Amino acid sequence: MKKTLTTLALGAAMAAGPAMADLVFPDLSYRTGPYAAGGIPFSDGYNDYFTLLNERDGGIGGVPAKVIECETGYNTEKGVECYESTKGQGALIYQPLSTGITYQLIPKVTADNIPLHTMGYGRTSAANGEVFSHVFNYPANYWNGASGVVNYLLEANGGDINGKKIALIYHNSAYGKEPIRTLEELSKKHGFELIALPVDHPGQEQKSQWLQIRRERPDNVVMWGWGVMNQVAIQEAANIRFPMENFIGVWWSGAEHDVMPAGDKADGYKAVTFHNVGRDFPVFDDIQKYVVDAGKAAGAGDQVGNVLYNRGMYAAMLAAEAAKTAQEIHGTGDIDAAMMRDGMEALVIDEAKMAALGMPNFGPSFNVSCDNHGGPGLVGVTQWDAESKTWSLISDFKPSDTEVIGKLIEEDSGAYAAENNIESRCK
Amino acid sequence: MFYREAGDFKTSYADDSQTFPIKFDRVRYYVVLAVAFGIIPFLVNDYWANAILLPFLIYSIAAIGLNILVGYCGQVSLGTGGFMAVGAYACYKLMTAFPEVSMFIHVILAGGITAVVCMAFGLPSLRIKGFYLAVATLAAQFFLVWLFNRVPWFYNYSASGQINAPERDTFGILITGPNAPAWATYLFCLIFLTFCALVARNLTRGTVGRSWMAIRDMDIAAEIIGVNPLKAKLTAFAVSGFFIGISGALFFAVYLGAVEVGEAFGINKSFLVLFMVILGGLGSIFGSFAGAAFLVLLPVVLKVVGVDLLGWPTDIVAHFQLVIVGALIVVFLIAEPHGMAQLWRVAKEKLRLWPFPH
Repeated sequence: MKKTLTTLALGAAMAAGPAMADLVFPDLSYRTGPYAAGGIPFSDGYNDYFTLLNERDGGIGGVPAKVIECETGYNTEKGVECYESTKGQGALIYQPLSTGITYQLIPKVTADNIPLHTMGYGRTSAANGEVFSHVFNYPANYWNGASGVVNYLLEANGGDINGKKIALIYHNSAYGKEPIRTLEELSKKHGFELIALPVDHPGQEQKSQWLQIRRERPDNVVMWGWGVMNQVAIQEAANIRFPMENFIGVWWSGAEHDVMPAGDKADGYKAVTFHNVGRDFPVFDDIQKYVVDAGKAAGAGDQVGNVLYNRGMYAAMLAAEAAKTAQEIHGTGDIDAAMMRDGMEALVIDEAKMAALGMPNFGPSFNVSCDNHGGPGLVGVTQWDAESKTWSLISDFKPSDTEVIGKLIEEDSGAYAAENNIESRCK
Repeated sequence: MFYREAGDFKTSYADDSQTFPIKFDRVRYYVVLAVAFGIIPFLVNDYWANAILLPFLIYSIAAIGLNILVGYCGQVSLGTGGFMAVGAYACYKLMTAFPEVSMFIHVILAGGITAVVCMAFGLPSLRIKGFYLAVATLAAQFFLVWLFNRVPWFYNYSASGQINAPERDTFGILITGPNAPAWATYLFCLIFLTFCALVARNLTRGTVGRSWMAIRDMDIAAEIIGVNPLKAKLTAFAVSGFFIGISGALFFAVYLGAVEVGEAFGINKSFLVLFMVILGGLGSIFGSFAGAAFLVLLPVVLKVVGVDLLGWPTDIVAHFQLVIVGALIVVFLIAEPHGMAQLWRVAKEKLRLWPFPH
């Protein structure tokens, strides 16, 4: 108890925070732990894009952006600590890059009136803006990803996967379990057999799962992994000589560091995606000029153009565009979190805007609305070429099965609304 | 100067056996209680409650629970994380099944359920001890986490396998959920901590506690002088499980609000609480507080110093934290194997003689 008193004194010193003149974008990153391989490039991309805006444009709408980085280690307790310590400093938006932390923050941000953007992860049914007023997961969510995988397999098999065996190897956590419901529904619809194989945190132990895959001989393997689990899975697949063309991961299982350890044997591995890959976009020239060459790059500065770096940059771009929209709506440069939420709900991303930002054809066009916080859910497919060590987009961004997904979202968000007494807010 | 026995006369058995025999200690104890109950609730904000005070209070309860088992009864346990998970899931099932019942009752019932589970896993302790018992409780840790991940009934068949604490109140004051005021969650946990500490302190200096300590010091000798090992060991497991269950329930319902069993109650949690007990001091209630405060505050202090004051990159600070905590554990075990409680005890001894050591 004595300790609490000393900490109280220490806190008084901390409470006197910085002045709230900048637009604050907290970055709940993780550069340590078993998921750091994915956390580092994402956070670098997120930081670098805001640095670019500050250096090149003098901020967003004339107001400089400030990124406060806080290390979570993918740990929910530290995530809560980071959220509480940054929210008082004028935080506009949270993007924790962790489904576990997202679940912690959903009720908290709603109570604190701060928007939460979980792009391609988090709680899928948060796409229903009628129930989740402060949570956004545009442009695509897990269920779009699962449906995108199935659509791709349909296409590759001439529209018929009846009787095929598909194994799902997934991270045994909230994140990994998200697609199961959708895949079950889709298996009923399309007549394929689904085998679900959980892998426990952090994912190095997968021998028995791959033995089972070898025994069952599925036609395709789908992976829902993150961090060290991806590398191990791809290596194990190579070890049992599973054909890589038939192995397809979600977007969190398809970056350079996932396939590199397996070397040439990973050639042909696929992953779905909701944005483009590579560094063949004008914005990267600007990043090189204003950020990397100026010595202002986040981290080691060696991740530019990697899949997850691009995703981090894309996340930052969507946040910055939402901030601009909010500034237009409210006619002030100095927006707060509530205004930011309005900006996110009115966000319009079209090809002209993307081209102007130096990212032509980088991601899908979409509009966010009051009842749809999930975007259009367009999914593309990428493939790894081990020789040139590059990912390339091998299909367009195509729609997912909204009929199945829409019903599931309705069902899950309805259950959440009933549990928490939430009334629909959109007229 | 502060600690003096001159003029502190004891005229009854009650005086002689009180917890704080020195007047200064007694006064300090009441002052701390008064501050904790009377002043902090008016000052506390979200950051202080959620980032520092709640984890400190909740881990203190867990550390007291584990200390009873390891420190007082000598039964090594690595299953704390699993038992906290039992408390959390019991509380979740009760909260969703009986929404109108007060949170106080849910948390206490969750503790009771954990006590039963803990006793079941304590049964092997009658035959095995030391390392072998540690392995048996380790099995409990992995089994329980696997169970809560495997059986959908425990998480009410939710799609993600997570459990979320809905809004629940006690006496009309919200305790769980995002709209619960910081002072209410703080006071709620503080009441449980005070209750647990008082119960633990009074148990450990009575018959039950003495039989635990007899078993710890030498089980065969204890049996010869008439201590029933079955009763002593199982009561230790039950009481320890009760406290750990309470801490697990509070950890889930009041502090985090949503929990993923593998992540929140993994083996790391067992080690963390064990480190708290070892660093704080085995067989000491104060040690449980000191250990919990140390391991909850140290990362926050290091982060504030490293990132906010010195401006170092967050990953370097996070790595440094591992190094510093690890080094401190080693140093502590070498320099003061009895933990911080012993440091405090020695300091008190010195203060009692100061400034005239002879």
